[in-house]
Amino acid sequence: MINVALPKGRLGEKVYQIFEAVGYECPAIREENRKLIFENPQRGVRYFWVKPADVPIYVERGAADIGVAGKDILLEYRPDIYELCDLGIGRCRMCVAGKKDFYDTMGRTLRVATKFPRIAKEYYSSLSRNIDIIKLNGSIEIAPILGLSDVIVDLVETGKTLLENDLEPKETIVEVSARLIANKVSYKFKNQEITALCGQVDQFCRLRAEQERREMA
Amino acid sequence: MNPELTLKDDEWAIFRLRMLYRQYGYTYYKMSKFEEYDFYVRNKNFLDSDNILTFTGTDGKLMALKPDVTLSIIKNAKDGERALQKVYYNENVYRPSPTSHDYQEIMQVGLECIGDLDVWSMSEVVLLAARSLETISSRYLLDLSHLGFMAGLLDQAGVAEEDRGEMMALVGKKNVPALTQCCRRLGMDPDLAGDLCRLATMYAPPVQGLEALREMVRNETMAQALEELESVCALVGDASSHLRLDFSVVNDMSYYNGLIFRGYLPGLPSGILAGGRYDNLLKKMGKSAGAIGFAVYLDLLEHMDSREESYDADVLLLYGPDTAPNKVARAAEENRRAGFSVRTERQVPPGLKFRWVREVG
Repeated sequence: MINVALPKGRLGEKVYQIFEAVGYECPAIREENRKLIFENPQRGVRYFWVKPADVPIYVERGAADIGVAGKDILLEYRPDIYELCDLGIGRCRMCVAGKKDFYDTMGRTLRVATKFPRIAKEYYSSLSRNIDIIKLNGSIEIAPILGLSDVIVDLVETGKTLLENDLEPKETIVEVSARLIANKVSYKFKNQEITALCGQVDQFCRLRAEQERREMA
Repeated sequence: MNPELTLKDDEWAIFRLRMLYRQYGYTYYKMSKFEEYDFYVRNKNFLDSDNILTFTGTDGKLMALKPDVTLSIIKNAKDGERALQKVYYNENVYRPSPTSHDYQEIMQVGLECIGDLDVWSMSEVVLLAARSLETISSRYLLDLSHLGFMAGLLDQAGVAEEDRGEMMALVGKKNVPALTQCCRRLGMDPDLAGDLCRLATMYAPPVQGLEALREMVRNETMAQALEELESVCALVGDASSHLRLDFSVVNDMSYYNGLIFRGYLPGLPSGILAGGRYDNLLKKMGKSAGAIGFAVYLDLLEHMDSREESYDADVLLLYGPDTAPNKVARAAEENRRAGFSVRTERQVPPGLKFRWVREVG
């Protein structure tokens, strides 16, 4: 039995569709109820919904054998796990954004508001830039508007939210997408099951990406 | 009463591991609890974390609670002796937890073999690593890797020193998509890049794993590493069925070289044993000997299904205010002779569990 931690929300539902498509379905998951754990013994799989930021914790500590988490969360928390496959969904960018008219003089400490202090610190440290990190838990876009910070470091998908708040992306720090991760010990003791599942998911995602590329062309 | 059950899981493991190491002629090494902080600053890259618990000694020197045992043993190892130094230890070390980031005390048992190492002395250490895991669970797995093989491949591909850290980190995560991108960015030969990705994903028993490695050999360094791996897998006997070749076991190449390994037990979220060959560390300390060793992290045993009893004592023997003390002593002794643990009380103590509650008289 493979225990799978899925991120609650839209991304998690997309991920489940992939797992379902490659033969790891669990019909009970589609029932309307408040249950958090769903099992299909025939397929040898048990799913549970957890907060997206908690997926790496469940996997690192072995409560889940595998899980799906955004690259942003993996970069921020640095769990000791295997990162087996890029699902190519939930694509966005970790960006530095600021007011359209913001001019960075480079001559003073930059105030950076973010939900991702580690990613922001490492990025600016690589540029040898002195910064003042302001850790926020949401509505990051307000910070530069109210003068709380000069810039923000946040995920940007379409850029619409930024635009509506008179902000714009300034730099891309890293491209982000959903990753299939595995607990290191589970990977060893359930190697065949996890490798088979991962192989099928990887193949499915590659084929789909190729198909999308062809359609775009 | 079974004497095994009076020992906690970690104490029982320590007892058996010490017996095992003595059986193989290793001698016990007892060390002081502290080292000068400066010693760790000089070798901080060898440690998993920069955070070290410090305090000021009575002579004003900045001291540290040991975050590691190997460094202390190496520091005192004699150089240039023909005979091997084979020692084992059982010490507490103090490090931040990788998950909670708070300092924790970790009970560590391990051994080091220092000197002019040959294939047998290396194989014996790997065998002892396997036997150590076996004393705790028969379903153990011991992952083997060889940094020489990896280094040979990277040499062949002409990968610069400064890029190797990033590559090794990706191999350590089995992150093939990012590794492929990295190889492409560095303009690495596609065949060699393919082999590197195959090494990253490899998880195979020795027979299949070695077969795959043979096809990748391209230079003398890789051939030597393969030969060493082949010899070790052949020399560990029955234990080889628990071995797996896994090149995602990586360590800092500036300290480690050659064979490295990690041990895993079912039910534990992370590896319980880590070890390898670290001649480069000795070189940094100006010594020419080779060294190989490992440590078992016994604090992790708390996460395993315990074989400890779920009762505080078998029998709670209750007596009243008028019961004669010699009657209490006799009744308790009778129960103990029958093999039970007995607690005598006038009232049931709150919060404790007993298999049976009996009354005297």
